[in-house]
Amino acid sequence: MTIPVFEPWNDPEAKPLIQFQNVTKRFGEFTAIDDLTLGIYEREFFALLGPSGCGKTTMMRMLAGFETPTDGKIYLSGQDIAPVPPNKRLVNMMFQSYALFPHLSIWDNIAFGLKRENKPKHDIEERVQEMLRLTRLEKFARRKPHQISGGQRQRVALARSLAKAPKLLLLDEPLGALDKKLRQDTQFELMDIQEKTGTTFVIVTHDQEEAMTVASRVAVMDNGKLVQVATPDRIYENPNSVYVADFIGDVNIIEGTAKPTGPDQYDITWKEGAEPLNVKSQNSFSDGQTCHLAIRPEKVTISADKPADADNAVQGRVLDIAYLGNISTYHVELPTGAVIKAQTANTRRIARRAFTWEDPVWLSWTATAGVLLAE
Amino acid sequence: MMRRFVLIAIPYLWLLALFLVPFAIVFKIALSDAAIARPPYFPQFDWVEGIGAFLAELDFENFVWLTEDDLYWKAYLSSLRIAFISTFLTLLVGYPMAYGMARAPEEWRPTLMMLVILPFWTSFLIRVYAWMGILSNEGLLNQFLIWTGLIDSPLTILNTNTAVYIGIVYTYFPFMILPIYSALERLDGSLIEAAEDLGCSRLQAFWLVTIPLSRAGIIAGCFLVFIPTLGEFVIPSLLGGSDTLMIGKVLWEEFFSNRDWPVASAVAVVLLLLLIVPIVLFQRNQQKQQEAEQ
Repeated sequence: MTIPVFEPWNDPEAKPLIQFQNVTKRFGEFTAIDDLTLGIYEREFFALLGPSGCGKTTMMRMLAGFETPTDGKIYLSGQDIAPVPPNKRLVNMMFQSYALFPHLSIWDNIAFGLKRENKPKHDIEERVQEMLRLTRLEKFARRKPHQISGGQRQRVALARSLAKAPKLLLLDEPLGALDKKLRQDTQFELMDIQEKTGTTFVIVTHDQEEAMTVASRVAVMDNGKLVQVATPDRIYENPNSVYVADFIGDVNIIEGTAKPTGPDQYDITWKEGAEPLNVKSQNSFSDGQTCHLAIRPEKVTISADKPADADNAVQGRVLDIAYLGNISTYHVELPTGAVIKAQTANTRRIARRAFTWEDPVWLSWTATAGVLLAE
Repeated sequence: MMRRFVLIAIPYLWLLALFLVPFAIVFKIALSDAAIARPPYFPQFDWVEGIGAFLAELDFENFVWLTEDDLYWKAYLSSLRIAFISTFLTLLVGYPMAYGMARAPEEWRPTLMMLVILPFWTSFLIRVYAWMGILSNEGLLNQFLIWTGLIDSPLTILNTNTAVYIGIVYTYFPFMILPIYSALERLDGSLIEAAEDLGCSRLQAFWLVTIPLSRAGIIAGCFLVFIPTLGEFVIPSLLGGSDTLMIGKVLWEEFFSNRDWPVASAVAVVLLLLLIVPIVLFQRNQQKQQEAEQ
């Protein structure tokens, strides 16, 4: 049995559910969204990722209807949504603060949107019950929001925004207020619910781990522009810029100049005195062009002796060790003063750790381990 | 231990000296008989005759009198009606103003708050006299209306109940605005957005979210206006006419015109009993609100 691959963004026939077309949003002098074009497909779990002030929340608020674009158009199922007020959109939002109505019980909070549709009482009751079951809140239906825990409140907010079965659900930093352990559990719960309901989710977050965990595609934003839109693995393995490489996960950035030595083969001259690095790259560079080699710490091997057949090997000494339990990150200082991070899994007990501070070590990596980026 | 006792004792001593003792004196006068003497009531406590003879002279005659003459219960009812209507009018005027203040840009809010409180800096009496100047037949309002051509002959406003309502609404609306404003200012804007997001129109969101969440402020404001209005004396006697019947005026007349201290005291005691009901309700509201905030 083969599982059909879900990647409508690669299908030229697929029509996006949401289409941003050259959307610009200005607040006075400040440009929050700068000429942005993007398609989000049905059933996608789409993450908008970026530092605060990058415009991700503005994008979400434009989808919800609380802001209108200064320029450009936003289409939902092919329809321009600019003239549709928030209460008429088939879009619901889960607020960062949850925005639960403090004067209403959990049951009434979830029923709030349904009651506005003038549905028969019986249908409302049934739908609320279904939502309570989905979010495992049956026991708390009669309580007020201040009588339940943060994690439960988060689930009420989710149930309330899903109750009307929106075409599109917007989640604004939905897990920001939860502690780490609860956040991880809830991430999987969110994915589960998204799959069960088949709703298109757009999540705004500044937490890259969260975006990578839940999303089918991630859009990395900076200063109102999309820097890269791709699947989590492509974002991580093939970032298109130093900004993305640096924003997602831990990375060593080595600046140097490129010298082509063969097809897709380059010698990178870096910090004077050190040997040129041997790098394979799909991106092409001209002779003498400045380039940045982005290499993840877990792709750098640390060893006591010089590895025999490594593409790249440099010697240094251990400057610092960050012990994280399952893994350790070694900060290794090279004779030129540069520091390179190498990560290894702690497969042995800590007492039997091979390296300690000030130890001379060798770092090695393959020619394809890193990504060569122009900027 | 001693320190704590002293700390707790201070407010109770305050209450005892400045409320309970005066109230006991007033209550005692209410149980006495009027007399042409100084002070104008009887009996006076006398060490020689002893406490038993003194107590034997006291009776509830004056309270019975209050039920026999229909002036008093009419005055109480009329006061209640005027207090209810003016509280309602103050709410109608105050709520939109408080709402506007809470919605104003943050840097304006202290100024707006200042403007609401500013009238308190002038004497209350002077402000009520000013209203006499505005509302009288030759007053500013009539002059203005005649100048605009809206009316030909001046409207009689001063010395009517309308003038009393205007005076009360004007005097007490800061007490209405402040609690409602503080409730609305704390209101999380994302709740309104959430309501709109879930399908409410602006008006529905206001009715279903804003009003219920400012309820504690509305209740507090209403009591703060209702309670002093019920016993109000200055405004009805300066702005109201001869047909404006309020218990505060009756009390004043009994005390100063008739020099019947015992009946005046009985009127005051009954007024206090009437006020205890809204005051207890008000305190319960405050307590509930505090519990909800915890």
